[in-house]
Amino acid sequence: MSISKEELHWMYAHMYKIRYYEDKLEEVYMEGKQPVFNIGAGTVPGEMHLSTGQEPAAVGISVHLRQDDIVTAPHRPHHHAIAKGIDLNRMTAEIFGKVTGLSKGKGGHMHLFDPNLHFSCSGIVGAGIPHAVGGALAAKKRGKDSVAVAYIGEGAANQGSFHESLNLAALWNLPVIVVVENNKYGISVARDDSTSVASNDLRAGAYGIEGYYVKDNDLLEMYRVSKEAVDRARAGEGPSIIEIETYRYLGHFQGDAEQYRPEDEVKELRAKDQVNMYRDVLIKDHGFNENEIADIEKKAAAEVDEAYQFARDSDYPDETAALEDVFV
Amino acid sequence: MQEVKKRLLTGNKAMAEAIRSEMKDNEDVFVLGEDIGAYGGIFGSTEGLLDEFGPERIMDTPISETALIGAAVGAATEGMRPIAELMFVDFFGVAMDQIYNQMAKIPYMSGGNVKVPMVLMTGVGGGYNDAAQHSQTLYATFGHLPGMKVVAPTTPYDLKGMMISAIRDDNPVVFMFHKTLQGLGWMEQLDTSQGHVPEESYTVPLGKANVVEEGTDLTIVGMQMTTHYGMGAVKELKEQGVDAELIDLRSIVPLDKVTILKSLKKTGRLLIVDEDYKSFGVSAEIAAIVAEEGLFDLEAPVKRLALPDIPVPYSRPME
Repeated sequence: MSISKEELHWMYAHMYKIRYYEDKLEEVYMEGKQPVFNIGAGTVPGEMHLSTGQEPAAVGISVHLRQDDIVTAPHRPHHHAIAKGIDLNRMTAEIFGKVTGLSKGKGGHMHLFDPNLHFSCSGIVGAGIPHAVGGALAAKKRGKDSVAVAYIGEGAANQGSFHESLNLAALWNLPVIVVVENNKYGISVARDDSTSVASNDLRAGAYGIEGYYVKDNDLLEMYRVSKEAVDRARAGEGPSIIEIETYRYLGHFQGDAEQYRPEDEVKELRAKDQVNMYRDVLIKDHGFNENEIADIEKKAAAEVDEAYQFARDSDYPDETAALEDVFV
Repeated sequence: MQEVKKRLLTGNKAMAEAIRSEMKDNEDVFVLGEDIGAYGGIFGSTEGLLDEFGPERIMDTPISETALIGAAVGAATEGMRPIAELMFVDFFGVAMDQIYNQMAKIPYMSGGNVKVPMVLMTGVGGGYNDAAQHSQTLYATFGHLPGMKVVAPTTPYDLKGMMISAIRDDNPVVFMFHKTLQGLGWMEQLDTSQGHVPEESYTVPLGKANVVEEGTDLTIVGMQMTTHYGMGAVKELKEQGVDAELIDLRSIVPLDKVTILKSLKKTGRLLIVDEDYKSFGVSAEIAAIVAEEGLFDLEAPVKRLALPDIPVPYSRPME
């Protein structure tokens, strides 16, 4: 497998940027929620689903995507959004509920929309899969070679929308790639207690399409299989399912007591951290030096810090703005 | 003066003609749904369109309402103008998330940055012994949920003009057509299911009620079949010396309260006739608007004639 230096660089910059962004949000989210935790209080109110640990699922495929490719993301969407190249200032302002946000504060962290990047979210499990099918259909009708990626959690693969959408995508031979992020839990229910097959790539056989499985949250393996799936979709060779075994370091949402999880599980997962491991691989196998790495990290951190500052400095929307945008 | 020769079309042909003319003018318009291809739509809404436009634009789908409506949403957010058919409105239950959480809310949740210019057309109504899962109108169910226009045209003229408006609208529009008013050969033949439809393209605005009969003694508000019943009532009342005004609502959302309140000012009496469940329905909404904004124009209590709160029964005497 040949990867260009530019791609290697891009992937590390985004792995690091996502991690730094989520670590920071984990901290900011607790502002105003201590000593008593109230989900609606603080700088960032509402539910918060962080993607810390799941970076490879988004970065490994987004490196192959273009601005005009369509992405639909679920309730845990920050890594997908950042990897697609979303404006960090406007995304962060949206999460803070500010008027400068992507949706002027009407969506929040589970509902990020950027039509210029063809990026959308839905907070309903499995709801974005048919949107990707429709986006791919639109591209095909217009003779474009864009592809559509629907990210879902492994829990969403048990929704009817998964089956209906993949059947339709296969039937119409559309450039759709469903990335199943298997982080082992649907909130608290373990994957093995909810899913009848060993992994969801096996379900590809039900639709006569390609299935890929990436184990151990492996970024470079995700890069490899995604390249194949994206190239095939772009060439008109139809849809695919990619399941990646990924790591959820945090709770389903911030404030989750995680009593359903073995005590040392996260510690073991963090010991196989892909940001760290990938950094080592770049130095050991790809000729990157410590200075280059430090530069990438510094640049990413500065961009993220600026976004948080932008969000803090921005105004809240007027309460009367709530009545706008129901109809265009 | 010579009378203009009438061009009579059934409801379904008027709808199909509207879709045809918009598809000819705009490559972004296409139709997807169950049995809308070779069959021409179970209620004829796409009659003849497959032959003209082919399977690339008149797309039969699997029986997968979530996928087909969701795909329409995804295509619409990419700038296409899909028309999705939900065969019977009663089937909304298997796909409601895509309708009320996705189609209807994406524009708002994106702060107006993403448009969903799609039409969800669907057959409504009973009266032909199809029982409780194939006979509802559900006007109010859709009208209650914000973010979608909901229209229910009665005449072939309005079916064509409002379908063209719906396709051109940048908002999601639920377009309810009444099965019995489609003028299908296998249902009861009603005179009102045929009407004059000009050949050229024209629009009828969404959100505007139509005063079908002018009168001074009583206002009757109906939609689709209940407008049709209202026409009979107006005639009977006239014979008894009562001069009733009949309003055809045409749109549930936006609701044209101006026309209703204006009529009430004139007549002082209001009867709302609704083929939907009585409780929490369109009739209740109109009565509430009148209580808030037209109470002092009333000379008698508002009356409502609507379905009792029971599932629609099958057998003829009960239905």
